[in-house]
Amino acid sequence: MKIISSETHFNFMGKIKMALTISALMILIGLGSMVMSGGLKYGIDFSGGTLVQLQFKTAPDIEVIRDGLKTIGLGESTIQEFGTKRDILIRVQRSEEKLEAVGSQVRNSLGESFNKADITVERVEMVGPKVGRDLREKALLSILYAIIGIVLYISWRFELQYAIAAIIALIHDVLITMGAFSIFDKEFTLVIVAAFLTIIGYSLNDTIVVFDRIRENLRRKGKNSLVDIINTSINQTLSRTLLTSGTTLLVVVALFFFGGEIIHDFSFALLVGVLVGTYSSIFIASVFLVFWDSRKRA
Amino acid sequence: MYKDLKWKIPLILAVVLGAVWLAYPLKEKISLGLDLQGGMHLVLEVKVEKAVEASLDRLADEIKRDITEEDLEVDRVKVIFASRQINVRMVDKLDLPPVKTVLEKYPFFSMVSEDSDGLGLVYQMSVDQVTQIEQNAVSQGLETIRNRVDQFGVSEPTIQAQGEKRILVQLPGVKDPERAINLIGKTARLEFKLLDEENSLQQALAGSVPEESEVLYQRVENKETGAVTKEPFLLIKRTVLTGETLTGAEIRFDSDFNEPYVSLNFNSVGAMIFQQVTRENIKKRLAIVLDDNVYSAPVIQDEIAGGRAQITGRFTSEEARDLAIILRAGALPAPVVILENRTVGPSLGQDSINKGITSIIYGGLLVVAFIAVYYKLSGIIAVTALFLNIVLLAGALAYFGAALTLPGIAGIILTVGMAIDANVLVFERIREEIRIGKTVRAAIEAGFSKAFRTIVDANITTFIAAVVLFQFGTGPIKGFAITLCIGIAASMFTAVFVSRAIFDGTMSHRKLDKLSI
Repeated sequence: MKIISSETHFNFMGKIKMALTISALMILIGLGSMVMSGGLKYGIDFSGGTLVQLQFKTAPDIEVIRDGLKTIGLGESTIQEFGTKRDILIRVQRSEEKLEAVGSQVRNSLGESFNKADITVERVEMVGPKVGRDLREKALLSILYAIIGIVLYISWRFELQYAIAAIIALIHDVLITMGAFSIFDKEFTLVIVAAFLTIIGYSLNDTIVVFDRIRENLRRKGKNSLVDIINTSINQTLSRTLLTSGTTLLVVVALFFFGGEIIHDFSFALLVGVLVGTYSSIFIASVFLVFWDSRKRA
Repeated sequence: MYKDLKWKIPLILAVVLGAVWLAYPLKEKISLGLDLQGGMHLVLEVKVEKAVEASLDRLADEIKRDITEEDLEVDRVKVIFASRQINVRMVDKLDLPPVKTVLEKYPFFSMVSEDSDGLGLVYQMSVDQVTQIEQNAVSQGLETIRNRVDQFGVSEPTIQAQGEKRILVQLPGVKDPERAINLIGKTARLEFKLLDEENSLQQALAGSVPEESEVLYQRVENKETGAVTKEPFLLIKRTVLTGETLTGAEIRFDSDFNEPYVSLNFNSVGAMIFQQVTRENIKKRLAIVLDDNVYSAPVIQDEIAGGRAQITGRFTSEEARDLAIILRAGALPAPVVILENRTVGPSLGQDSINKGITSIIYGGLLVVAFIAVYYKLSGIIAVTALFLNIVLLAGALAYFGAALTLPGIAGIILTVGMAIDANVLVFERIREEIRIGKTVRAAIEAGFSKAFRTIVDANITTFIAAVVLFQFGTGPIKGFAITLCIGIAASMFTAVFVSRAIFDGTMSHRKLDKLSI
């Protein structure tokens, strides 16, 4: 069985201008959304704060919860449904170093309006500002180190221009996914950083398969120009690229729909990342190689 | 050409059987992370500077006593916390040289200056000593918390130091997080202090607290409304007896009202001091203070010998039991604060497992069905390899004792996708080789060898990202990184080595003209 015909001859490189325009637009829209909403929205992992997930026996009225919370003075809080109407997520900016269990404190504050026995504290996450700062630093460092390690490896296996091209493709993917996060108003947490590192790995994986073929074809290039060789290589690997993305997407989609609320954002990041990664390894990654080559000749 | 199958097949069998042996039965061999089984993850910071302060206070008292024993008149010994110094003030200038001699007993104090009026000396605590106190505070705190948790009865708790002054506590399956936090985090500094009955409490509350006294409160909680009222007490600052001399603490029940209380036993030194204090202060009130909260302040009726005392205070029996545990395990050398708290209830954990497994099954089935239809018999080989990949992953998780977390499940799902990629790369290459007219055998040979380099490059880059994640990640991220690392390694083995062996094995029996791919 075949989905992609075995000998495709799409002129991908002929579409460079269109691809660059589309990418630039997507990145700009994403960045614009980030600027409009005042930067990335950090989850409590990075900003510090408290999160309490409650399950009620019957769907509660959010306003009543808001009033109940005021009595314990936790400061500004956001209250939202989490998956179902019975599951409520409460986020508070402040984090409490004192030795009190925030979960039961919140539960007690709702004692007047609800029957306490009908409320279960499902989850409490409290991250102090100090730890938040540490985690933020570590997350940034981990992304930085991952990129450095990967660049070193690719420059060793290929040539410098391939490493630069791969990094450009990966920054492209990360920027667009970040933009999607901002547009859909999703929070940055530790788990999302993990998703981004996975996207980085995945995007490179895709790009390298194409580059590997370009390198192979360059060895017996004959009279063909670099652009032709790149086109041939992308076409030759096209069915693999689409198949792999397809199967990965099958899994990610399963995760997105059946994985539950807690990893919903994680699978969202992967979903966007895999789509963008596939697009960029076909249309964007090789552009820099052409640019590098034309400069060398000039 | 297929001679190497003679060692490849036994090797594959050995690896797979080994993995099965390591991971079977799954329920016992693979532990679940706190997010899946429910539990509590706490990061505490030890306020080490408080331990240094306490040590300076104690030393100042000791030094004052030593100097007095030399028949010298001390004005006062003042502690300057900020600079970790003590200032010894004397009444007579001539007493300074002998004071210097006394201070020689304390080698970690060095003299930094003499007061300009010639009546005082300033001593500085050495940096080494400060570090030592801080380290002790953390290691003793760790021990104390471990003791308390052991007595509380949690199965497989993790209690370990993290960095210089942090303590990580993980309590799987804890049912009552509030109680656990109270038990772990209470400093439990037990002190007995006499009431200052010579000065007026009202004046003290108005702001003029006598220098030797302090105001502390008794918290009275109305169990029905939850309202808390505070009753003030004026106490003499000097502690007559501390919890350090305790040898035991137990919950008992009052015979008249069946109310629980905590009974205390002192060692011989403590018993002696207690007897002396009660003898000298009959009809006066003695307050029992825990972490600066007054628990009770009974009137001393008679001299008490035998080293026994009790703490009453309208406890529930649970509170009394926990208080006894805390007192038995001893006080923390310095207070702790909570830096990070992640608690997951057991039902949510179960829910996450169910959903995770559901998505693995759906995702896996979709991929398997697709690959089998697309690549036919070769697809079945890929699926076999994929299945072995998951078996190896389970074996490796069990071997490393890595807990399975929710992001870990996500990692497995991702591994499934990546393992398939390796096979897709190989199969597409084989198809290409067949198209340019190679024989089946030559196409398989070429397909595997050409795709191999690509697979290695692609997997190593992802592996680098996963290793970095493992190094820098905390908690849930580590779980994700470790499954991804293992998954990549296992998929290289199964998708390249194992599927190649299956292809070769099939080929060795008959000569194929056409490959089902």
